[in-house]
Amino acid sequence: MWTFFHKLASPPHFYDISARFIPWFAVLGLLLIGYGTVAGLFFAPADYQQGDAFRIIYVHVPAAYLSMMAYSIMAVSAAIGLIWRMKLAHAVAAGAAPLGAWFTFLALATGSIWGRPMWGTWWEWGDPRLTSELIMLFLYFGYMALRAAIDDTTKADKASAVLALVGAVNIPIIHFSVEWWSSLHQGPTLVREGGPAIEPAMLYPLLAMIFGFTFFFGALLLARVRTEVLSREHRARWVRNMMMGESA
Amino acid sequence: MTEMFAMGNYGAYVWSSFGLTAIVMLACVAQARSRQRTVYQQIETRLKAMESAE
Repeated sequence: MWTFFHKLASPPHFYDISARFIPWFAVLGLLLIGYGTVAGLFFAPADYQQGDAFRIIYVHVPAAYLSMMAYSIMAVSAAIGLIWRMKLAHAVAAGAAPLGAWFTFLALATGSIWGRPMWGTWWEWGDPRLTSELIMLFLYFGYMALRAAIDDTTKADKASAVLALVGAVNIPIIHFSVEWWSSLHQGPTLVREGGPAIEPAMLYPLLAMIFGFTFFFGALLLARVRTEVLSREHRARWVRNMMMGESA
Repeated sequence: MTEMFAMGNYGAYVWSSFGLTAIVMLACVAQARSRQRTVYQQIETRLKAMESAE
C-alpha cells in the first residue's frame, strides 16, 4: 500500500498513471450528466411548491458541492505539501484552484437565477450562505493571484498553501450557514437528519448529476495536475525523454 | 412538446441555468487544454534551444 503511494507521488509515475484515468472519468461523467439532465428536465415531476423552477437544483447543487469539494482538496493538498514537502501535493492544490473558482462562479450564478423567481431577488447582501460562497470565490482568486505573483515555485507553493489553509475556515461556515443563521437559502435536501427530503424520481437524476459532475471534475483535475507537474519538472530527464520521443 | 420546454413559465430561468452550466464546463476544458498547450510549447522551445546549443 505505502509503496503504491510512494510510487504515485513520483512525478513520472503519476504522469503515466493519471493519463489512463482521464478518458474513463470523462466518459462516465458525461454519461451520468446526460442521463441526469434528461431525467431531471423532463421526467422528474415538478415540485409542489416551486413548479418547474426547482429543476435548477440539478445544476446548482452539484456545482455548489464541487465548489466546496475543490476547496477541501486544495486545502488538504496544501497542508500535505507544507508538512511532508511533497511537490505533487502542491501541484494538486494549484490544479484544483481554477476549477474550484469556475464551479463557485457557477453555483453563485445558478443560485442567483434560481433566486430571482423564488425569492424575488437576484442577490441578497448579508445573506450568510450567499456571502460565504462569494468569499470563497475571492479566496480562489486570491490564491491564484498569489501564485501568479511569485516567480519562485517553492515560495509560491508555501505562501499560497498558507492562504488556502487560513481560508479553509470558510468551508464549515458555508456548510452550516443555513442552520446557524436565518437565511433566504433553503435548508439541506440530501445530507440531513432523517435522510434525503426528496422523492426518488427527483432524487436519482440529482445523484446522477452529482456523481457525473464529480467524475467530470476528476478528469479535469487530473489533466490540470499533469500539466502542472510537467511545467514543474521541465528540466527533468523523463520530461526530456518523453518530449523527444513524441517529436521523433 | 412546446409545453415540455416552457417549464411552466420558468423556462428562461431553467434553460439559462443549464446553458450557463454547459458553457462553464466547456470553458473549463478549453482552459485546461490551452494551459497544456502553452506548457508543451515552452518545453519544446527550451529543448530545441538546448539541442542547437549542443
